[in-house]
Amino acid sequence: MADELNIKVNGRVSTVASSPDTPLLYVLMNELELRGPRFGCGLAQCGSCSVLADGVEIRSCVTPVGNVAGKSITTLEGLPAWYAEKKGLAQAPALHPLQQAFIDEQTPHCGYCLNGMLIKGSELLANNPRPSEAEIRQAMNGHLCRCGTYPRIMKAIQVASRTISGDVR
Amino acid sequence: MNIPRIDPLSRRDVLKGGGALIVGFSMAGLPLGSARAAGPAPDPNLIDTWIAVHADNTATVIFGKCELGQGNTTGMLQIAGEELDLDIAQMHVVRLDTHVTPNQGATTSSSSIERGGPQLRAAAAEARQALLQLASARLGAPVAELTVEKGVVSVAGQLGRSVRYGDLLGDKAFSVKLTGKAPQKPVSQHKLVGARVPRLDIPDKVAGKYTHMQHVRVAGMLHGRIVRPRGQGAYGAGAKPLEIDESSIRDIPGARVVRRGDFVGVVAEHEWDAVKAARALKVTWQENATLPGNAGLHDAMRAAKTTDTTVVDDGDIAKGFAAAVHTAAATYHLPYQAHLPFGPNCAIADVGPNGALVMSSTQDIYNSRAGLAPVLGLPEDQVRVQYYEGSGTFGHSCYEDCAQAAAIMSQLAGKPVRVQFMRWDEHGWDNFGPAHLAEVRAAIDGNGRIVAYEYHGWQHGWFTTESSHELALRSPPRERNSGSNSIIVNRMSTGAMYAIPNRRVVSHMVPMVGLLKGAPLRSPMDMHYSFASEQVIDELAHAAGMDPLEFRRRNIAGERWLGVLNAAAGAANWTPRVAASRLSDAEVVTGRGIGIGTHHVSFGAAVAEIEVNRRTGQIITKNLYGALDAGLTVNPALVENQIIGMMVQGVSRVLKEEVKFSRTNVTSLDWESYPVLRFAEHPNVTPVVVQRVNEPSTGAGEEVMGSTGAAIANAFFDATGVRLRQYPMTPERVLAALATSKT
Repeated sequence: MADELNIKVNGRVSTVASSPDTPLLYVLMNELELRGPRFGCGLAQCGSCSVLADGVEIRSCVTPVGNVAGKSITTLEGLPAWYAEKKGLAQAPALHPLQQAFIDEQTPHCGYCLNGMLIKGSELLANNPRPSEAEIRQAMNGHLCRCGTYPRIMKAIQVASRTISGDVR
Repeated sequence: MNIPRIDPLSRRDVLKGGGALIVGFSMAGLPLGSARAAGPAPDPNLIDTWIAVHADNTATVIFGKCELGQGNTTGMLQIAGEELDLDIAQMHVVRLDTHVTPNQGATTSSSSIERGGPQLRAAAAEARQALLQLASARLGAPVAELTVEKGVVSVAGQLGRSVRYGDLLGDKAFSVKLTGKAPQKPVSQHKLVGARVPRLDIPDKVAGKYTHMQHVRVAGMLHGRIVRPRGQGAYGAGAKPLEIDESSIRDIPGARVVRRGDFVGVVAEHEWDAVKAARALKVTWQENATLPGNAGLHDAMRAAKTTDTTVVDDGDIAKGFAAAVHTAAATYHLPYQAHLPFGPNCAIADVGPNGALVMSSTQDIYNSRAGLAPVLGLPEDQVRVQYYEGSGTFGHSCYEDCAQAAAIMSQLAGKPVRVQFMRWDEHGWDNFGPAHLAEVRAAIDGNGRIVAYEYHGWQHGWFTTESSHELALRSPPRERNSGSNSIIVNRMSTGAMYAIPNRRVVSHMVPMVGLLKGAPLRSPMDMHYSFASEQVIDELAHAAGMDPLEFRRRNIAGERWLGVLNAAAGAANWTPRVAASRLSDAEVVTGRGIGIGTHHVSFGAAVAEIEVNRRTGQIITKNLYGALDAGLTVNPALVENQIIGMMVQGVSRVLKEEVKFSRTNVTSLDWESYPVLRFAEHPNVTPVVVQRVNEPSTGAGEEVMGSTGAAIANAFFDATGVRLRQYPMTPERVLAALATSKT
């Protein structure tokens, strides 16, 4: 078909069956069967659906799938490989350093907001490996958590920052 | 990675616990594919209901309290592993399922470790005794000479003589009843209980491999969405569709309307089509302008015909007040607040003529089943409910409503249906934490001792039937406004932490009809009570010219209250000074405050350090210090995490959250119209667990919330010399209060 819609997600190209106006989120959840991006508000208010498009965090709940053709989409599942590519590592680690920090700091409660927190936090650390506390607060302010895990997300980002920038080993 | 397609008619998923086959259940006799058949409830008096030992020397631990992200699974396994002498890594759990797991009641009121824990502990101790009996016969040594480590039973002092649990009973049933006599380990021998075991659910959550309810899909299912007015109206007024224009969704492929009574939904093969159809469907609703609106709420409550209960009546308050040297009195107006799981509730139902399987994030699978049966017209034992963790719920959010909606739609469509609420459904149709009106007065003598205390509280109770139920069956409103199931003012949050000779607490129950639908919201009502009560106490301290910590110490009711008070104050490096003794004219002023509180059991205290911008009215909570004594704390790391969560949520509730509604309906429908605390606004939190190894374990998920709000309110007074008698403490209210104080 001439107007076949293909999208590249976590390095793999897939043909989309949904119409181009379908929000990317529904394609990721129901066609590609990914668990990272998830429905929170459908209004781009909370960040639970966040993915990276060419390394930039976007809200997949309000982004028509037709708009991301030609872009490289990274979901939570693809964060380790994305990190390895950016760092020029030969092999992707099992987890992005921020994911590891979330485990080490025992960060999540229900874990539903985690997808967006990890996506946004990874974007931040890629652009600014040593963010100040104020910069973290500013960058993460569009991502809501209802369980009250903000303090430990803050700590996990700071821990991952030290790992990524080689301040600790 | 594929999401596993879970066949609702297979029990493999239910029983998969590290790949182990579990035998010995009440279910084991059922043939595969009989999930819809009636099954007897698991018998809590059998060891096999709780523990299954496998040939690989692991065990499946079966219990009826759910993981909500509070670490319940980890804590419960610590308790079981302690008595069984198994490592955490040697144990699996199973999904909560009315056909599999025992009925331990709802996972509410922070009751898992407190009430569910002792049951599981007893069963595990019995299992250990049964295994020791088997080992004794196998090894030819008396039970008294046996020791166990990591599931290996040895004859004391003889390393070669040992046998594994797995070899004694691998995948066979105990077939032993609980005796109630099995010895339990003394605290001095605890290894797992009291340890900081990392949460078992976190690695999968972080890796994106965890199965939230929202991730589950089943073969052949349709997607459904509810169609209701945006925002509920007055309780009891219903939501009557006067006209439904089905042609309005004609262009959406495969979408169709499903309706029973006043219940309206749409189903479609593709999720986005269901979402579009629910938005596009034209429905004319009957409008009822019977709500008081936010502005008229508290007057309506105060004027209502109430059912009154005297909760506490100690001493003689008239005499107490007559003899006092100073009395503080005030009225407090406190809002409706909402649960709002961050991912709206989701459920899948597969309903046939002879039975139903429903998957949801209910906090009580057995109660869920009891609620589904009448809606579906099925006997209870033909309804099977399975629990999947959803997004944090903090009480009775829309999970049952959503499960019933899915079940109704599945019954009408003749296929499995997955329903997820939209953001405006979850916001607009929540069962809200009720509003409250408090009139409080208290008094001191010349020595700074509280001599009289009187608290009158107005509120309505909880609902009993879900919105889907009421709409589908057009059933009349039912509420718990009197009797043993009603919610009366909590005596523990209204002065019980102080030694007060003359104290009176009166609950004035307002009818819920005409207001909003109410349900328990984390630490139900305690933030209201503590906000009012602990400010009056603070005013007495101020009147006595005393430091608020010292005043509380002087009046404290007992050692454990004193313990948390001192722990929180110690963490904050509290230095004595009278509140509001350092007022400043600067634009940004600072203050610190203290509060104590609880839910029903356990002991909580908080210190807050805040900044108030006197120009913008914005309050920033900079630092919080929270102490919790929950008796024997099974896992201090879990409780620290709960304290952080409670306090951050407490800040959100006291500074930001209020359900807005007009005369016709709720208007808080998303995160813009119902703001919550954002990342940039979060405080630093220092949690302190007061470990009491010789006290029974009690709740640890709610008890610091009341004191958090109170501490912030008291800090505001310290910073400004002004009291706020209502929350959320929004910039508008702050500016209004500061302006009033100048005139």
